[in-house]
Amino acid sequence: MAKIFQPSPSLPPPVNSVGAVAWIRRNLLSSPLNILLSVFSVYLVYLLIPPIVSWAFINATWVGESRAECAPGGACWAFVNVRFNQFMYGLYPAPEYWRVNIAGILLLVLVAGYAVKAINKAILTAAIMVGYPVVAYVLFAGGMFGMPEVETALWGGLFLTMLLGIIGIVASFPLGVLLALGRQSDMPIAKSVCIVFIETIRAVPLITILFMASVMIPLFLPDGMNFNKLMRVLIGITLFSAAYMAEVIRGGLQAIPKGQYEAADAMGLTYWQSMVLVILPQALKLVIPGIVNTFIGLFKDTTLVYIVGMFDFLGIIQLATHNAKWLGTTIEGYAFAAFVYWVICFGMSRYSMSIERKLETGHKRN
Amino acid sequence: MSNNNPTSNTSFLNDAGNRAIIFQVILLAVVVFVGYYLFNNLQSNLESRGISTGFRFLNEPAGFPILIHLIEYTETSTYGRAFMVALINTFVISIMGIILATVIGVVMGLARLSSNWLVARLATVYIETLRNIPLLLQMFFWYFAVLSALPSPKNSIIMGDFMLNKRGIYSPNPEFQDGFGFVIFGFILSLVMSIALIRWAKKRQTRTGVWFPAYWGSLGVIIVVSFLALAVSGFPVEFDLPQKSRFNVKGGLVLTPEFVAVLIALSTYTGSFIAEIVRAGILSVNWGQTEASRSLGLPDGLTQRLIVLPQALRVIIPPLTSQYLNLAKNSSLGAAIAYPELVAVMMGTTLNQTGQAIETIGLCMLVYGTLSLTISLFMNWYNKKMSLTER
Repeated sequence: MAKIFQPSPSLPPPVNSVGAVAWIRRNLLSSPLNILLSVFSVYLVYLLIPPIVSWAFINATWVGESRAECAPGGACWAFVNVRFNQFMYGLYPAPEYWRVNIAGILLLVLVAGYAVKAINKAILTAAIMVGYPVVAYVLFAGGMFGMPEVETALWGGLFLTMLLGIIGIVASFPLGVLLALGRQSDMPIAKSVCIVFIETIRAVPLITILFMASVMIPLFLPDGMNFNKLMRVLIGITLFSAAYMAEVIRGGLQAIPKGQYEAADAMGLTYWQSMVLVILPQALKLVIPGIVNTFIGLFKDTTLVYIVGMFDFLGIIQLATHNAKWLGTTIEGYAFAAFVYWVICFGMSRYSMSIERKLETGHKRN
Repeated sequence: MSNNNPTSNTSFLNDAGNRAIIFQVILLAVVVFVGYYLFNNLQSNLESRGISTGFRFLNEPAGFPILIHLIEYTETSTYGRAFMVALINTFVISIMGIILATVIGVVMGLARLSSNWLVARLATVYIETLRNIPLLLQMFFWYFAVLSALPSPKNSIIMGDFMLNKRGIYSPNPEFQDGFGFVIFGFILSLVMSIALIRWAKKRQTRTGVWFPAYWGSLGVIIVVSFLALAVSGFPVEFDLPQKSRFNVKGGLVLTPEFVAVLIALSTYTGSFIAEIVRAGILSVNWGQTEASRSLGLPDGLTQRLIVLPQALRVIIPPLTSQYLNLAKNSSLGAAIAYPELVAVMMGTTLNQTGQAIETIGLCMLVYGTLSLTISLFMNWYNKKMSLTER
């Protein structure tokens, strides 16, 4: 009878090569330099984390009516607590907050509609682009349907920041597409007009554009015709981000293989048909990360309206820290602002990464 | 594209070439008309508001002080002089910011790629935090929260010859005596010598294959020759140390809190973007390149310097230059904390005093436009030089 080969059971791996010990050896202590770096990093963490935790949480005061009521040595979150509504809505009258809230909820509901299969996306987009702005404007500004009028000068806080960011990006998108197409076209005059516009705007800082919007636009308009400051700043922001958007979209247009253009021509599609049906859907998909990056940049840049005298989220916090009752709460205010901006921007960048992965369908050979 | 065949039965309007011409004529007409309309409005508005035009105001006395000026400036100086002061301030902060941001960015980018888990995590936290917080907020933080929390001049923090208080950072100010020209000459001489050394080493290596540590050697040459020049001329530098008087600190070189806040904010913020660019550039070099270089027997240091870095730089340089440009443009945010740079001086004070919006804003746009044009010209030149020459 033949002997059947029976392999003996595998030995466990050496203790040093698996588990926590091995991980630490491999990742923290692999060479003398690495040991030094690890020690330094641990020291740095020790230096930073405990004081921050004790300041922000352990010794912090959460409720109170003035800076004097806050314990020294800890954060005075009472400041943020008391001023929270002002940080959100600016100087918007408190009894009217519900109007801003309703507009915000309405937008969320409409955007959530994209996830529902039964809804026609074209109609939904039209509702968001055309119908919603009218409804939102009526809600914000009031003056009809029994709602008291609220001047745009009173709009502020996170509400204003969101407004500037969202209108800036939505309005600049179609303009950016047109500019990008113009820059890529064969028509010399259209091309140079687009290039001059894009390059001029991209060459100067946003502050210049905002100053132009707040100081120069009135000089260029005929007597009697004037926009309010919010409108002028919005025009400035839209033109500014349109130039950046155009460059991002141009990148996408250039990445589409020539065969796609030629195939669309061969099908007998007109210029606009081939752009809307063939080229743009592919090009825009490619540049979603770039578009989101532009949006994140724009969202951070909305803080600059403070310099031309508007009180957005950062501006209203800056104003509040100068209040006599709350002197010395600068760090708390900035920490809160930084936290909110960080959550929004970081969230957006993660979201763009996830849709980038979801839409990854072609052009790349693995 | 255009169809000029007379026997063709396409209508005139359906011809792509004709359409392009018609469309562009209309576009041009619209642009010209809008331009003319705006210009007309501008003229009548300027007249009705009594705003003078032209650049004559540049020769009039400005009458406002500028705290930070590297060239002679008093309240009686002209607006033109104020413009120059602001321009220099913008350049100084931009150049120092670019240097610092590059250092921070390269260190952080490499740290994020480190095999040391803790170092890589810390770098990630740094990058993801600073990148996602508005620059203006960071500037406010440094200026209003950190630097204004420093003690008053009376209780300055003293660290050796440096002093730190609410009014700024005081450091010894080097004062160059007669004979310093000789030291400069020695330094230039050492630079020339080290370039010659590097060239000689390269030539010899190509001819004989013998390697010479030219970079360390040239560093040594620079240090030794410069020091000799200093010693021979009898150390013609004296330091003006900051002195604490009762309520103030006198003497020394002062870095004002505005300058420091703008510099820290600009360089740490831009540094976090540069770190990502550096990381992406290094990751873009195929791992096979490193393996190939190792199998040729190159040590790790040379692999990085001769194989990985040149290829990574091709990916890094274009976005890096645009970050430099961003930094220069973002220096305009200094206006928000009263650092007297171009926007603060021209579009702030000068605009308020003279009311000449078109001229002041135009001047600023011209400066930034020239700056970005120069940088993008450089970028195109570099791209052309570095682009892959394929078969």
